[in-house]
Amino acid sequence: MKTPTDLETEPAVDVAENPALGIDQAAGDFSYDVSYAYDAGVGLNENTVRYISSVKKEAPWILDFRLNALKTFLAKPLPTHWATRDLENVEFDKIRYYLSQGQKPKRTWDEVPDDIKKTFERLGVPEQERKFLAGVEAQFDSEAAYSNIKDIVAKQGVIFLNSTAALREHPEIFRKFFGKVIPTGDNKFSALNSAVFSGGSFIYVPKGVKVAQPLQAYFRINAENFGQFERTLIIADEGSEVTYMEGCTAPKFSTSTLHSAVVELVALKGAKIQYITVQNWAPNVFNLVTKRGVAHEDAEIKWIDCNIGSRLTMKYPGVVLKGRRARGEVISIALANDGQHQDTGAKMIHAADETTSTIISKSISVGQGRATYRGQVHMGKHLKNCKNNTECDALLINTNSRTDTYPAITVRGDTHAVQHEASVSKVNEEQIFYMQQRGLTEAQAMSLAVNGFVNDLVRQFPMEYSVELKRLIDLEMEGSVG
Amino acid sequence: MSSLEIRNLHVAIGEKPIVKGLSLTINPGEVHAIMGPNGTGKSTLAKAIAGHPDYTITQGDVLLGGKSILEQEPDERARAGIFLAFQYPSEIPGVSIANFLRAAVQARMGEGEELDATAYYKRLYQKMDLLKIDRKFTSRSVNEGFSGGEKKRCEILQMAMLEPRFALMDETDSGLDIDALRIVAEGVNTLRGPGLGVMLITHYQRLLEHIVPDFVHVMYDGRIVKSGDKSLALELESRGYDWVKQELAVA
Repeated sequence: MKTPTDLETEPAVDVAENPALGIDQAAGDFSYDVSYAYDAGVGLNENTVRYISSVKKEAPWILDFRLNALKTFLAKPLPTHWATRDLENVEFDKIRYYLSQGQKPKRTWDEVPDDIKKTFERLGVPEQERKFLAGVEAQFDSEAAYSNIKDIVAKQGVIFLNSTAALREHPEIFRKFFGKVIPTGDNKFSALNSAVFSGGSFIYVPKGVKVAQPLQAYFRINAENFGQFERTLIIADEGSEVTYMEGCTAPKFSTSTLHSAVVELVALKGAKIQYITVQNWAPNVFNLVTKRGVAHEDAEIKWIDCNIGSRLTMKYPGVVLKGRRARGEVISIALANDGQHQDTGAKMIHAADETTSTIISKSISVGQGRATYRGQVHMGKHLKNCKNNTECDALLINTNSRTDTYPAITVRGDTHAVQHEASVSKVNEEQIFYMQQRGLTEAQAMSLAVNGFVNDLVRQFPMEYSVELKRLIDLEMEGSVG
Repeated sequence: MSSLEIRNLHVAIGEKPIVKGLSLTINPGEVHAIMGPNGTGKSTLAKAIAGHPDYTITQGDVLLGGKSILEQEPDERARAGIFLAFQYPSEIPGVSIANFLRAAVQARMGEGEELDATAYYKRLYQKMDLLKIDRKFTSRSVNEGFSGGEKKRCEILQMAMLEPRFALMDETDSGLDIDALRIVAEGVNTLRGPGLGVMLITHYQRLLEHIVPDFVHVMYDGRIVKSGDKSLALELESRGYDWVKQELAVA
């Protein structure tokens, strides 16, 4: 695969002609009237949880796990003492918690039911799969409709399944790591997910296996008043490497939709996991996601997290640096347009000597959009020679845009090195005039300024994703100029 | 013939009138030098023609090929063929010159028309060779951390690529060093031709030693007070702007 840095040196590559990755919200704003064979109804109580578990024919320990989680969820207050009060507008009793046409995903697109297949075709998923992916998992509402891994990867012993299937087929691996990185009671939304989770990916990469092409998951919400609660667990065994990418969209409904995922990563000794998210939610979606990884000795976990759209996103990917010399990195890009609030950031918990972490966050606030950075860096007193570097930059497009930065850095011990840099800049009138004088419209000029602002980060993405992100920014900026 | 025609133009910044009734016609192929003391409205004239939002045109008209451009947005004027070489060009962090120019070239194409990347880079490299610009230059972010000379080189390259019908070159700044002066002069001389009309704004005669103008106009207090050929520039150099002011006072 070409890296984006090739663009300048190889002019013959026309990036504009690359296919979309299906995360364009304008193109994603459609839904089919699908009849669901399995529907847990509206609202949440013990029966909802029992229904989900029975539909999936789960082992008793999973049902117990779910029921305990439900209790935790109901007992926990919303974190509005520090977070936005908009959370109070999530109407938990009006949401549908489980909708599917069946629990067994198809191995070929031909077998996928028509409306669902059409959805993913419109989003371009099968096309990308042919072009550059090692495996694809396509989730439609609560369950995966399609799941396939290329033979060459499967033969190396790589497991790539949805969580429903993985619980059935590989309970011994699943159970060992499941809920260990993010305990049920971590926060109200991780508890909710633990009670009603469905779908999401399970990946196991055996010792020493390096998966050359990315594995991709696509999460699609189709139904109104729906909650999507996928649960992803990725285990990279010693010395292995894997890149996982996820894209998400939903149609634009007038009522609110909830997306509340839990993602757990485990990088064992010397393993590398790269987790890339590009999500472009409709402006009615509450996106409340918990993501965390544990990096063992000499392991590396890198989160690349791009948040566009949604009504409210709260997401702080984290790495627990558990083994010596483990490395963690979070690269976060958030674009908050009018009426949107992107509350994003990162957590780096240093729990072993000589661990290093990097956080780079760039946010863009457009119109009345609001971007918040929240960071947590923790280094204990008993540790030696840990390093963190945090950089958060904010770009404001209009004078009424808002950005806030809340870094929380706790450093004990006297051999650590921590660096924090923050900047706020504004796209000014002279810049826009300069670009307009070269023939760009005002929207094109703003879009170019925004793309320039995130360019150094986007260059690290696989090319297909950097092209898509650029296009998404173009679309967002087009709509924001009056 | 398609010309740039400025008719009795009045321009104000806020309430303050700066350009006070200026008329000038530039035909394709002609180089007009506009000279004058600081604060006389030379830069204002250029920016107003380009459509800068801070400048209000209170009276008069600007026509391109016989049609008024005053109702057009700055980008429409640019696409119609007006290029402003900025005195202080803006920085665009993270956007390479190659990508910036590519966006500008793409913006000139019709809806649904896709730019041919191979042809674009071929043309870009041709222009760079013509202007003796190093290939590495275009991977740098537009004007970010550029020296004065590099900024001028960047402006000239953009002008070469966008092939305007009329270039308004705002060089009033007295801070132009010899290097920058040479870059501007060589650039203009290379691009000079029957298809390009140039309005060259300069404070000093020395730029005109390198770019020989067809016409020289002296601007004072928002108006053109004297016009002539290149010898007028020499006369100005030896007698200074006070000479023009005195002549005006007598008149």
